[in-house]
Amino acid sequence: MLILHCPCCGVYADETELAPGGEAHLTRHGPGSSDEAFTSYLFARKNPRGVHFERWRHAHGCGKWFHAARDTATLEVFGTYSAQTTEPPKAIRDAIAKRRPGWTWRGIA
Amino acid sequence: MSEPVSALNHAAFDGLVEIEECGLQGMIILRGDLSARAVRSAATGATGAKMPGPREVQTNGAKALCWMSPDELLILCDYSFVAQAIEGMNKALNGVHALAVDMSDARTMFRLTGAAARDVMAKLTPADVSPQALQPGQIRRSRLAQVSAAFWLEDDMTFRVVCFRSVARYTFDLLCTAARPGSDVDYFNAPAAP
Ligand SMILES: [Zn+2]
Repeated sequence: MLILHCPCCGVYADETELAPGGEAHLTRHGPGSSDEAFTSYLFARKNPRGVHFERWRHAHGCGKWFHAARDTATLEVFGTYSAQTTEPPKAIRDAIAKRRPGWTWRGIA
Repeated sequence: MSEPVSALNHAAFDGLVEIEECGLQGMIILRGDLSARAVRSAATGATGAKMPGPREVQTNGAKALCWMSPDELLILCDYSFVAQAIEGMNKALNGVHALAVDMSDARTMFRLTGAAARDVMAKLTPADVSPQALQPGQIRRSRLAQVSAAFWLEDDMTFRVVCFRSVARYTFDLLCTAARPGSDVDYFNAPAAP
């Protein structure tokens, strides 16, 4: 069972209270972009074994979106943070480095 | 003129706890920046209740302010007072980016009363309803089986539950099943050790 702390309302919500929003920190490529960039934005998703960044929505709770950093293999949660950011904040990256030295994810480390 | 009735019109059940649909209940949703002075004073002015902090309920007699999210309050009042309350708030919110809407007929409220109230709720929700996590004056939005619900404790033995009107019967049936005599859990309501 995955339990995430919702940074919007402060509740520790279990997975069944949440709606998954897929991979986090995608760059949107729209009209005017190259076919490759658009295809990649639309379809190409990471499916790592280990450190991953995701969007979640507290669907049965406060209704807000937020970000979560976790390990897909162990379900260890490194932290959750605001949806209003385009990359993981330093505190989250440091928390991951402590548990998974040398981790990388889409060029972030 | 048609007579307004609530979803289940005071349906009641007596089991491990007493369950009652509360009938017509004024419910106003106020959305806006809850840290904005105008929004706060509109809410407190309409109810006379204090501004609730995150996950809190502040009551003043039959009126209450429930914190639903960082930009949403549920305002409780008499069903007959709703129009007047909204009019007052709209005046106070003139020019402010906020919205007060009458949701009374879109929602249903239940009351659960009895020493086993926490045990009954714990059968239906993944939320922590232990005394350590939920005390009178605190509200939790979560789910009851398959539907969303908000609930809080009026006192140590009384839960209030709010759900969508469209799932009122489903929610009532859930609560009744969880409160069926003989299905005691006696976890939070454990009998004193001999
Ligand atoms: Zn939340």
